[in-house]
Amino acid sequence: MSATLVISQLLNGIQLGVLLFLMAAGLTLVFGIMNFVNLAHGSLYMMGAYIAAALVGQGVPFVWAGLGAMAGAALLGFVLERTALAKLYARDHLYQVLATFGLILFFNEVVRYFWGASAVYMDVPAALNGALTFMGINYPFYRFVIIAVGLGVALALYLIIHKTRLGMLIRAGASNADMVGVLGVNIKLLNSAVFALGAGLAGLAGFMAGPILSVQPGMGEPVLILTLVVIVTGGIGSIRGAFLGAIIIGVVDTLGRTFLPIIFSWFLEQSLAQAAGPAVASMLIYLLMAVVLALRPQGLFPVKHG
Amino acid sequence: MKRDRAFWFAAATLAFLALLPVYAALAAQPFYVTLFSRIMVFALAAVGLNLVLGFGGLVSFGHALYIGVGAYSVGILAHHGITNGWVQLVVALAMVALFAAVIGAVVVRTGGMTFIMITLAFAQMGFFLAVSLKQYGGDDGLTIDARSAMGLFDLANNTVLYYVIFASLLLTLYLFHRFINARFGLALRGIKANERRLAALGYPTFRYKLVAYVISAQVCGLAGFWLANLTKFAAPSYMAWTVSGELIVIAVLGGMSSLFGPVIGALVFLLLEEVLSSWKPGIWPAAETLLGNHWLGLIGLFVFTLALFARQGIFGYLAGKKDSAGGH
Repeated sequence: MSATLVISQLLNGIQLGVLLFLMAAGLTLVFGIMNFVNLAHGSLYMMGAYIAAALVGQGVPFVWAGLGAMAGAALLGFVLERTALAKLYARDHLYQVLATFGLILFFNEVVRYFWGASAVYMDVPAALNGALTFMGINYPFYRFVIIAVGLGVALALYLIIHKTRLGMLIRAGASNADMVGVLGVNIKLLNSAVFALGAGLAGLAGFMAGPILSVQPGMGEPVLILTLVVIVTGGIGSIRGAFLGAIIIGVVDTLGRTFLPIIFSWFLEQSLAQAAGPAVASMLIYLLMAVVLALRPQGLFPVKHG
Repeated sequence: MKRDRAFWFAAATLAFLALLPVYAALAAQPFYVTLFSRIMVFALAAVGLNLVLGFGGLVSFGHALYIGVGAYSVGILAHHGITNGWVQLVVALAMVALFAAVIGAVVVRTGGMTFIMITLAFAQMGFFLAVSLKQYGGDDGLTIDARSAMGLFDLANNTVLYYVIFASLLLTLYLFHRFINARFGLALRGIKANERRLAALGYPTFRYKLVAYVISAQVCGLAGFWLANLTKFAAPSYMAWTVSGELIVIAVLGGMSSLFGPVIGALVFLLLEEVLSSWKPGIWPAAETLLGNHWLGLIGLFVFTLALFARQGIFGYLAGKKDSAGGH
């Protein structure tokens, strides 16, 4: 186990973490303000990846394709929220889960219809390709870009939420939406804006993950489930919790998959270690979540109201 | 029990299920026996889920996990040469009880949104555990050579298997009927209505919810036991998160406030899937190809519409509004 392996895996973990944060930010805001559980958030991520892949395939420059993916996902989120999902805010969580579950099945078929069942590939442009030498290790430049963009978005979200009027309304909406409405704020428009913002971030995550993972139907579900683990571990409704939770889950998952089999092989015999290592590694974040919930049911970094 | 419309409707459905193999034999359509065996397996699982979903108000998005645990108990034991069905059944139920007690002890502490998300996450953990069991087929699943040997019941015969599943569904419905009308069931429904009040009255609500969760998981484990026997196969896909979602759809579609609703839900939903995936009216070939390849999209829209407009489910509607308070 060399230091370079540890550092490059740590970077991989942070890179997964920032992607998860982009997903978790939207999901946790939508939950915090509208009290709505949106399982179709993974579908918005998938649509972002497909829109970007289609645009890049048409020869659109990479960055513009990314903006297109964000705008497309945000628009889709806005339309869904306005036409249907807003009706479910007042309903039981059960019906929200059911409706968005239906949407996942629907969107998976939509992309299968337009792009087929097999994976679509999206290349990193030459400018972002190649490796960067960093602390004596070679690390893909594109992954650095993902980390930088993710951290930039995190900073921007922090500033929006804590320093702007919109952010003030968002925070007010999270603690008492009815009161904000009574005070004359167009709460419906605020809800739609938050939903579209979250959808756009999911689209951005899908676009950036596109060249690393394969773009295919159903690609949103594994990410969605990791995102749920993130916001439950971090504390539902809190952006800070989403960020720290995402980095923790990303790093723990990545390091676990690489190093648990190695660590197990020190203590166990070969065949057992080979069987147990990957099995425990794949369950590691869920075990972490279980421990967190058993000790702190409200998550590690819950929202502080007051 | 008042013999109302709901009662007669449930009785008619059960009579239909009891007579189906006779019809299948007369019409020389043995396929129906397998199809309806599968429907009853999902009905059983949804009835189990509905104990916590409809009566306890706990929205579990992870009950497919217990179907998987039940199925893998059969598969793994059979893989090691233990084909005695009674042993397999006891092991399956014990394993499900163990999983459900440990997971339940964590999840039942939470509620609402968190409960939904972590039941889903735990089921996903089980899914990845099954995928990583390379010696038991991993991703591809585990083929079971022969159905469980259960003494008097020759499960190799599809019709016998059908009636055994039917009997276990009847038994579960009867026991649940007794259960939810007993003191325990009243307390469970009270917790759904107002947990704080029940706690103030001195009920240990955590223990009530945990026991209900474990019993509900047991029934799903039983369904998994039958599913493994029906398909002679155990695979990670049995505990895919979509299966958990389908179980909720079945319960909501049929009607969550009644014991029998999920049975109707399973009949309607699985028949709908069957019809949509193989419908060939021969009118418009292009539309048929589209439907044949993408019928899941239509199911998705159906589920979406159901969530927007469904209030009491098919059985609740048939039984009339007065029955919507629960019980049957």
